[in-house]
Amino acid sequence: MTELTSLTIAEAREKLSSKEITSVELTKAYVDAIDAFNGTFNAYITTTPEKAMDMAKASDERRASGKVGALEGIPLGIKDLFATEGIHTQACSHILDGFKPKYESTVTQNLWDDGAVMLGKLNMDEFAMGSSNETSFYGPVINPWKAEGSNQQLVPGGSSGGSAAAVAAHLCAGATATDTGGSIRQPAAFTGTVGIKPTYGRCSRWGTVAFASSLDQAGPIARDVRDAAIMLKSMASVDKKDTTSVDLPIPDYEAALGQSVKGMKIGIPKEYRVDNMPEEIEALWQQGIAFLKDAGAEIVDISLPHTKYALPAYYIVAPAEASSNLARYDGVRYGLRVDGKDIADMYEKTRAAGFGTEVKRRIMIGTYVLSAGYYDAYYLQAQKVRTLIKRDFETVFHAGVDAILTPATPSSAFGIADENLAADPVAMYLNDIFTVTVNMAGLPGIAVPAGLDKKGLPLGLQLIGKPFEEETLFRTAHVIEQAAGKFTPAKWW
Amino acid sequence: MSVDLATVKRVARLARIAVTEEDANRMVGELNGIIDFVEQLSEVDVTGVEPMTSVTPMDMRKRQDAVTDGDKAEDVVANAPVTDRNFFLVPKVVE
Repeated sequence: MTELTSLTIAEAREKLSSKEITSVELTKAYVDAIDAFNGTFNAYITTTPEKAMDMAKASDERRASGKVGALEGIPLGIKDLFATEGIHTQACSHILDGFKPKYESTVTQNLWDDGAVMLGKLNMDEFAMGSSNETSFYGPVINPWKAEGSNQQLVPGGSSGGSAAAVAAHLCAGATATDTGGSIRQPAAFTGTVGIKPTYGRCSRWGTVAFASSLDQAGPIARDVRDAAIMLKSMASVDKKDTTSVDLPIPDYEAALGQSVKGMKIGIPKEYRVDNMPEEIEALWQQGIAFLKDAGAEIVDISLPHTKYALPAYYIVAPAEASSNLARYDGVRYGLRVDGKDIADMYEKTRAAGFGTEVKRRIMIGTYVLSAGYYDAYYLQAQKVRTLIKRDFETVFHAGVDAILTPATPSSAFGIADENLAADPVAMYLNDIFTVTVNMAGLPGIAVPAGLDKKGLPLGLQLIGKPFEEETLFRTAHVIEQAAGKFTPAKWW
Repeated sequence: MSVDLATVKRVARLARIAVTEEDANRMVGELNGIIDFVEQLSEVDVTGVEPMTSVTPMDMRKRQDAVTDGDKAEDVVANAPVTDRNFFLVPKVVE
């Protein structure tokens, strides 16, 4: 018999539907797997086994009475950025110590309304600021993948590192994640999983701890393209509580799978061929091009001239928004308080003790670029460059390009506590060089595994689409998945 | 533009983050590294370009200015470190 935890969401859905298994059995298998192996990966920072079993039981009862939601009985992991009522919600920061919200985020509520079961809260970089999951107050997450013949522990990427590792190690059927500059797509690429950042506005941001409000979007990390399509359909919604959520019908994303890409125009942006790009990444890209060409797509060379300015513009806009959003953590309304001699001293000591190094660094940058005399030179300039970045995309889409194919990351997963990256914040930021443009323009982007490097580690390709054309991405990513196959880490745990 | 120690301390004060002398000295190097990196934006010609205010052109949805929620004082203060009768307590601000 196959292990229940090895089933994809679609496979589990079928077995639940045919009464071959129950949600209680499926959920128990995950609870046991988490018990046995979470210590190895540090993917969950809090688990809710009793709640999970209660939800599973309720799901089986609903099913017996004929009420079956789109995710009925499916056990999921939730990134610690999503508010979950009465349950640990800290964005993996010390400053939110003990925070248990009195409300539920819209995205997670949508999942529970569709019958899903919660297994626990997943590790992440503090306030989603990081590309390796090493800035978490709860310690790093270990990637289930290891290089062939090596015992070195690798990062799962970030910020949604717990989500990606839990999905790859089969500690949940699928996971919620969020993406501000690449935080869904980069960890998906590092773990051989599929992650989609939908168009800005597709998922409500209500109840998601804010990092950079004009860039943040929720999305799923899943085992394959179909599971990602199933999850996104449930996560997406228009929401009165988030005025930037969009009132557009949510398509049946799964129905896009298996549709042909014949005649589709796929753009290959020359600016993504960056200096010092490893040969393997270039080879993977060429392989992806070949997959799509074989499937009948037309490949066209395109230019997105402002690409190189996306990352520097991001490192003005995102910290500026973060410095404003994180001003609320002052030791008064929630979380940590460190007493001081007066109120300002209390604020300063609380924030010094509560925020980690990377978060402080970004608050400082944000405060600096917004401060008197610098606003025009930095923030306003970055917002103008952002207009140009978006215009680049509009121009190619207007010329008939349906989707854009790029590498997802400039390398495969790197080692935990990499000294060069620790010493140079900008080197770590370069991880997001291919993903960040998508957030700056508010577009949808999907990362799909497409091969392994020489070390046997997964590499991903990224597809970028027009606003609210996630279906095109699912359809095209599915073609790549069909051609490349799926990738699972050899079990060493 | 480069960031010196006095600027780091001033920004830390604005951001309400206490920094030790050692933190501040380390941040000088780190912040300059990041500022140098973002400096390349100044080479982009943005003549006549509007700053982006929203990635999707949309009209802000509005609603009637009416009470739709409330009577949750206990919920509001439930996570606060120090409270008294549904008030947040802070160190004395007015003598």
